[in-house]
Amino acid sequence: MRIWVNGQERELAGPASVADALTALGLPGAGVAVAVDGEVVPRTGWPARTLAEGNRLEVLTAVQGG
Amino acid sequence: MTYEDEPLVVGGHKVGSRLIMGTGGAANLAVLERALVASGTTLTTVAMRRVDAAAGTGVLDLLRRLGIETLPNTAGCRSAAEAVLTARLAREALETDLVKLEVVADERTLLPDPIELLDAAEQLVADGFTVLPYTNDDPVLARKLEQAGCAAVMPLGSPIGTGLGIRNPHNIEMIVEAAGVPVVLDAGIGTASEAAQAMELGCDAVLLATAVTRAGDPERMAHAMRLAVEAGRAARGAGRIPRRYWARASSPATD
Repeated sequence: MRIWVNGQERELAGPASVADALTALGLPGAGVAVAVDGEVVPRTGWPARTLAEGNRLEVLTAVQGG
Repeated sequence: MTYEDEPLVVGGHKVGSRLIMGTGGAANLAVLERALVASGTTLTTVAMRRVDAAAGTGVLDLLRRLGIETLPNTAGCRSAAEAVLTARLAREALETDLVKLEVVADERTLLPDPIELLDAAEQLVADGFTVLPYTNDDPVLARKLEQAGCAAVMPLGSPIGTGLGIRNPHNIEMIVEAAGVPVVLDAGIGTASEAAQAMELGCDAVLLATAVTRAGDPERMAHAMRLAVEAGRAARGAGRIPRRYWARASSPATD
């Protein structure tokens, strides 16, 4: 299935959870936060939250700033 | 306890230093580390960005190693909705309810958008955040942010990164006079005398980044800022002399 990750279109074998997506895309699991379609998914909810075609993921971390 | 020894408490969080640092603008992490250590800061801002952004993520490891608490900001957000989402992501990623709320109106001035800022502050307070809003040097807006439940107010001295110092000291004094929460002078500081001035005006702390990270020698400037904040706080506590129009001899008159 196709999803959007940080504004980029990505292909993912479905069905997949948020946790699966992070692993499959090689993204770090520590120090990051995830929102799906504008809703924050708490870390504890990553394995249970299944993704659907067209979902938009935002994966953020802390960088130098401010 | 003397005025100088009073701890800074922001919404129940005890902050060990009255100089809050930003991490933006440092040439590399080694320079940043030396500057942070020299500043004596215990609370430092970080920004939230997409993980695939070019910027590194080593800053979190650095802050943890130095025992410095993180203050995530919502830099780059232009609307209340964006800022609220960014704050919620920061809370999840960094496990802190502190947020430096920043909602700017445009890239040219980076001035806060007061309407979006107040909207975001209300939403985040309702969601349990300890909100530190970066605001204009507007006493009315500062009062409204406090009434909305913000844990501090952080008026600018001048626009972010300009180093123009405190353009309207009288407004800062009025904000200090009326505030029931800590006032943090945030943005515009260019050099140590301006950080001291902020404290002399009665601010509870100073937040700065560029003045240190882009200084000729960031480590030395960080040390200077630390001394300036201490000196300004001590001078405020001591009470300055009133300004006079005419001279007043400090030596006895001859007869």
